[in-house]
Amino acid sequence: MAGEGLLEVRDLTLRFGGITALGGVGLTIAEGETVGVIGPNGSGKTSLFNCVTGLYRPTSGSIRFRGESLLGLSPDRVTARGVARTFQNLRLFLNMTVLDNLMLGRHLHFRRSLWAAALRLRGEEVRHRERCEEIIEFLDLEAWRDARVASCAYGVQKRIELGRALATEPKLLLLDEPVSGLTAEEKDEVSYWIHEVRGRFGVTVLLVEHDLRVASRLASRMVVLDHGEKLTEGTPEEVQRHPGVIRAYLGDQ
Amino acid sequence: MDLVESYREELRFARKPLGRALLVLGLLALAALPWWGHRSWLAWGSMVWLYAIGVIGQNLLIGYAGQVSFGQAGFLAIGAYTFGHLRIAGAPFPLALLVAGIAAGAAGWLVGFPSLRLKGPYLAIATLGFGTAVYQVFANVEALSGGRAGLPIAQLRPPGGMDRDVYVYLLYFALFLLFTAVAYNLVSSWVGRTFVALRDSDIAAEAMGVNLTRAKLLAFAISSFYTGVHGALMAQYLGHLEPQAFNVQESLNFFVAVIVGGVASVEGSVFGAAFAILVPALFGDFRWAVPVLFGAAILVVMIFEPLGLAGAWLKTRLYFRMWPFR
Repeated sequence: MAGEGLLEVRDLTLRFGGITALGGVGLTIAEGETVGVIGPNGSGKTSLFNCVTGLYRPTSGSIRFRGESLLGLSPDRVTARGVARTFQNLRLFLNMTVLDNLMLGRHLHFRRSLWAAALRLRGEEVRHRERCEEIIEFLDLEAWRDARVASCAYGVQKRIELGRALATEPKLLLLDEPVSGLTAEEKDEVSYWIHEVRGRFGVTVLLVEHDLRVASRLASRMVVLDHGEKLTEGTPEEVQRHPGVIRAYLGDQ
Repeated sequence: MDLVESYREELRFARKPLGRALLVLGLLALAALPWWGHRSWLAWGSMVWLYAIGVIGQNLLIGYAGQVSFGQAGFLAIGAYTFGHLRIAGAPFPLALLVAGIAAGAAGWLVGFPSLRLKGPYLAIATLGFGTAVYQVFANVEALSGGRAGLPIAQLRPPGGMDRDVYVYLLYFALFLLFTAVAYNLVSSWVGRTFVALRDSDIAAEAMGVNLTRAKLLAFAISSFYTGVHGALMAQYLGHLEPQAFNVQESLNFFVAVIVGGVASVEGSVFGAAFAILVPALFGDFRWAVPVLFGAAILVVMIFEPLGLAGAWLKTRLYFRMWPFR
């Protein structure tokens, strides 16, 4: 095996009773890469994400991030190691403002003193506010800064979730269908941001996407899952020509 | 023109001059109640201030952190009896008050453990069980409750020949201001943000690095600290403790105050406390009808103003923001 990647997943198996959601999936991501995970519905893409971020306990296999195992860590410890994620169906804090959502993303970097909070010493708040403002500016969220998230449009909410994940200063960003449900124009914008994120925040991106056009434009490498198993892996062109992929998506001729 | 020039300025409490002026005037008027109000109002006022502290505590837990608890009367009892026994042993008022809060807070921290596994109605039932258990213990263990005679607590001695009712009113008002200010500070800081995150989406909160265990236990500890202080102040005010004051009905009253006042709102808690204390006072001989009114109030609030009195207050303020409507 060549030098260790940023994220190394080996023989990852996840069973729910009799159902095998993931059956021995392996995956290596090098630092600075953008890797796409594609596959039909129910092929295990989100399960893979949930295993990496600690929401699910895999039945067997290993997940190593920067050389250390992530197995058995709770989601907040995984995030502390430098893995952030977005959710397929948006899990935002709907009753908080956009700014507060981002500020919560700073939670791990906050010096959390109960005394400072009770006595209204706000040095930390101001310090982290500045970091959040950088993200707000990057994602063009200025107009919604003080808006309640619940009152923001869907496209904006998607952006807020991306911003909140960035606020944790991740090394690896897991994006679960970042452009699903967006208009063509919004898809272009989000693709641009995902592309920019690599340079500006120095993160490696692993994304799950149904929109093959967007995925193949962003990802330098693609992993195809089907029925919980890795079908193939390669450049977007290779993958799209692979007969197994065509069969998985379109069925037998 | 409302210009905010720094992040720090934006974080200030009651930022706008007019709001600050009205707030100070209102608080001064309330502090001066002994000199302009009817004497009987002092008793009701003191009750509202001490009750508000407990309702704020309950609201931090239910409204902000979203952890439904029906066991508040248990923390109330722990605070009250800790205070009572300490006072009888000769501890000064401030020390006994602090220890009562800490004792209840510690109990809250322990009760918080089931909340790590339970959610919504299941947690409500577990905490209800806790409240009932505490009540049963105090009702039956005479060493704790002082037996049939109850626990007598010495009255506060006002300094310099001051009228006792006035002294108690002012003391309770000052304590109310202190605890309210701290509550405002907490909910506008990382603490409040973490609590709301927990309530809105615990999965996302955890994915953002929030340690759910610690956050939930903190919510329970802070909330029951407030409730314990409430219990202590109540014990001091009544001058006499009986377990009857801490039955399940008492937990439900807290709930009514939070819902009617407004969930996730500090000022709402104060409104709710005023509602739960002052409205029954109007009933006089018809106190049996109070629970009926409370039940009806919850229905009306849920249907017409889910954010309670605080929501109505907010809408009024938003309306007058446009004043003079030109």
